[in-house]
Amino acid sequence: MTPQKPLSRVVEAMPPSGIRKFFDLAQTMTGVITLGVGEPDFPTPWGVRESAIHALTRGATTYTGNSGLLELRELICADLEARHGLRYRPADECLVTSGVSEGLDLALRALLNPGDEVIVPEPSYVAYQPCVAFAGGVPVPVPADPAQGYRLDAERIAAAVTPRTKAVLFGSPSNPTGAAQSAEDLTALAALAAREDFWLVSDEIYDRLTYTGTHTSTAAVEGAWERTVLLNGFSKSYAMTGWRVGYVCAPEPVAALMHRIHQYTMLCAPHVSQVAAIEALKSADPDVTEMVADYDRRRRLFVKGLDELGLTCPEPGGAFYAFPSIRSSGLSSQDFAEQLLEEQKVAVVPGDVFGPSGEGHVRCSYATALPLLEQALERIGRFLSTRT
Amino acid sequence: MHEILTVLESDARATPERIAALTGIPEDEVRAAIAGWEADGVIRRYKTVVDRDRLGDSRVTAFVDVTVAPERGRGFDDVAERIARFREIRAVHLVSGAQDLRVEVEGASMKEVADFVAQKLSGVDRVTATSTHFLLRRYKDDGQLLIDPEPDHRLSVMP
Repeated sequence: MTPQKPLSRVVEAMPPSGIRKFFDLAQTMTGVITLGVGEPDFPTPWGVRESAIHALTRGATTYTGNSGLLELRELICADLEARHGLRYRPADECLVTSGVSEGLDLALRALLNPGDEVIVPEPSYVAYQPCVAFAGGVPVPVPADPAQGYRLDAERIAAAVTPRTKAVLFGSPSNPTGAAQSAEDLTALAALAAREDFWLVSDEIYDRLTYTGTHTSTAAVEGAWERTVLLNGFSKSYAMTGWRVGYVCAPEPVAALMHRIHQYTMLCAPHVSQVAAIEALKSADPDVTEMVADYDRRRRLFVKGLDELGLTCPEPGGAFYAFPSIRSSGLSSQDFAEQLLEEQKVAVVPGDVFGPSGEGHVRCSYATALPLLEQALERIGRFLSTRT
Repeated sequence: MHEILTVLESDARATPERIAALTGIPEDEVRAAIAGWEADGVIRRYKTVVDRDRLGDSRVTAFVDVTVAPERGRGFDDVAERIARFREIRAVHLVSGAQDLRVEVEGASMKEVADFVAQKLSGVDRVTATSTHFLLRRYKDDGQLLIDPEPDHRLSVMP
């Protein structure tokens, strides 16, 4: 007899990622130019890879302590202090995780009691709301205004706050919009958080990839540190997605709970990846600077090209995404993405997978070589000319 | 402004319009800056990086370390200039270390390069010794990797 008892209701109730269908379709085709990828097209800087190879030959094949290598945590905390003026103790306020993905899960599980609400400004990264639900919470999406550049508007958030509000979860710079939040807006949000007593879970994985100004870390604005869980890692800035290494920093009581979950579930982030991360922090900043300059050139050319095709978007200040409106095509974002892929072999991600407010947009990653970006623009132009 | 040069160094054929789109610097400013650098000799010329091995080019290159007795009052400049003027010489650099000049010589064959070093280079006034290293294979030239690019392992759609 096959098992009869129901599987996890929470998980079963969660629809699979809307990206999946798209991915399957794209996999069947050849000659696709993909603007659908959420990771750098650069490989990890060679110096970092070389150090990891060396570490493997020297036996970095074991577990590390649960919190991660102390040298790495010290470097992380020194880096956060140098760039953002943040003070975290490596010993008990910093935890090395298997990417921000694990950090996000730990943060939500450490913060939430069943039924607690987490406000998620939309459009948002696809994992935020499912992770809230998996941790027993209730995601409360709050659409951001494209006309205001998807800024975090404390007034809009305030309208969604209830006595059950436990946290606001957001990424800055944002996947998928590229919006980088200003110090003023973050300060207003921190004041609201203090007034209403909720946490800020701040995903800053794209913090080094900013183009129009310097990144403001949420924990660095007035009154925010004691109620912020900072998530970051090496995937995007250092082109290290496959190494699965990131970190969380938070005040000790929350960090301790995250540590407790981590020690029973993940044990530790991959040892060799931690060694690579040490090398990244020690020596790869010039590589990051070069990659950022390259993304910035592509960003300018690509956003201008989209604009000339009538696909307008607020200037993305960070990450490597443009999130243009496709309303001028008269198509839904799913139809636009599907037909563009089938007819012109350009893969973009339909905006509605990032929440209902993403409808009418598509996410295009410009982490793609310049000649391919230019070809993609041509193909999108051909696609649009058959539609209008 | 150096952003313009960064673009040109990786693509000498980039038009002012394209450079403007990539850098956000207005097109007329790009044109003016490039014209200025061309006039000042900051931009010397626009070149193409050729993978000679892939082309099947059989020309031969050698790096030659040259020891020089410097001239009073003029140091190495005079002899370096005299060496640099030879058609066969591709590059001349004054370097630290046991020898003084490191030069790059190109010829149709090993014999041609050897003859040049033996008969012309070593005969230049104040050259006291030479040490020749024939180039066997290029892996990276002008910052350009000449080995096969790494495959893109990324999946085509990812969140």
